[in-house]
Amino acid sequence: MGLLTNLKDSISRAASTLFSEEDPKRIGIYGPPNAGKTTLANRIARDWTGDAVGPESHVPHETRRARRKENVEIERDGKTVTIDIVDTPGVTTKVDYTEFLEHDMEKDDAVRRSREATEGVAEAMHWLREDVDGVIYVLDAAEDPFTQVNTMLIGIIESQDLPVLILANKIDLEEASVQRIRNAFPQHETTPLSALEGDNMDEVYDQIAEYFG
Amino acid sequence: MRAMPEAKHPDGDDGTGVQIDMISAERMDGKTTMEKIRTILDGVREGNIVILESGLTPDEESRLIEVTMTEISPDEFNGIEIETYPQSKADDSSLLGRLMGREETKKLTVIGPANQIETLHKDETLISALVSRK
Repeated sequence: MGLLTNLKDSISRAASTLFSEEDPKRIGIYGPPNAGKTTLANRIARDWTGDAVGPESHVPHETRRARRKENVEIERDGKTVTIDIVDTPGVTTKVDYTEFLEHDMEKDDAVRRSREATEGVAEAMHWLREDVDGVIYVLDAAEDPFTQVNTMLIGIIESQDLPVLILANKIDLEEASVQRIRNAFPQHETTPLSALEGDNMDEVYDQIAEYFG
Repeated sequence: MRAMPEAKHPDGDDGTGVQIDMISAERMDGKTTMEKIRTILDGVREGNIVILESGLTPDEESRLIEVTMTEISPDEFNGIEIETYPQSKADDSSLLGRLMGREETKKLTVIGPANQIETLHKDETLISALVSRK
């Protein structure tokens, strides 16, 4: 197996040299709806560029188009890592417009939102297959990580050999359990954070530099 | 391509049951990705529960999500519920494994209309789901 491992390492190194310094990697922020993807994207963008990426909301499917923030320069240990952040719509296998009615929305608005949400999910899947070089997978640490969407997406990401950083978000919530996420995806390192409060962002940036630099 | 044979209750569909299509690995083997997706979605959109002996590859799952999204329609089709066991961290799922022609073991997969199937419990070794009539 040693020979095969070496061969695999050689392929990985050859692949990594394909990225030039001037060509930032596109890092997709993926995860289920309401995991805090846009909050994280805004936190990263505000910390390093001063601008936000998009509006945040408690209503599911607030992000219905993939949004790219280009040339985000993250400084770690005297080095600069430049990435494009792609904030993607939350992935799901179902969208029911009646759920939006519970958020004080008129039927027409709810139907329009659900149609845009389905287009957004399809778009996110397309980006994942074709257009990202790495993935930040965001999970709500207060929710059960053993869902089919998480299982499938992590499987899809692994099958494409994309580097993936799993973030356990919302650790500011009392019911958050980082260990539950570690148990669900033991093959990956899980980093806890609160994108909303800015907790543990230093470790997140260290990890981004290590995984995608 | 063989069409799915009709499998109706002798007295016709009186709405009291749920049809389950258990599709063997052999039946899916020769199909293209889109043929597999059509087989699944055609069954699910009729209100059937589709069980695949051999599951789907990650790429097929990705395209199934994408096609499902394009077919969702208010008051008609809300999408799918799909359940399969988490991928085990098999060495064979690596790039090298695939280059050498070793696919990871595919797993039993259950797919149904989102408004008729609800997952009660799921972990690495057990999936418990509640199936209801339309």
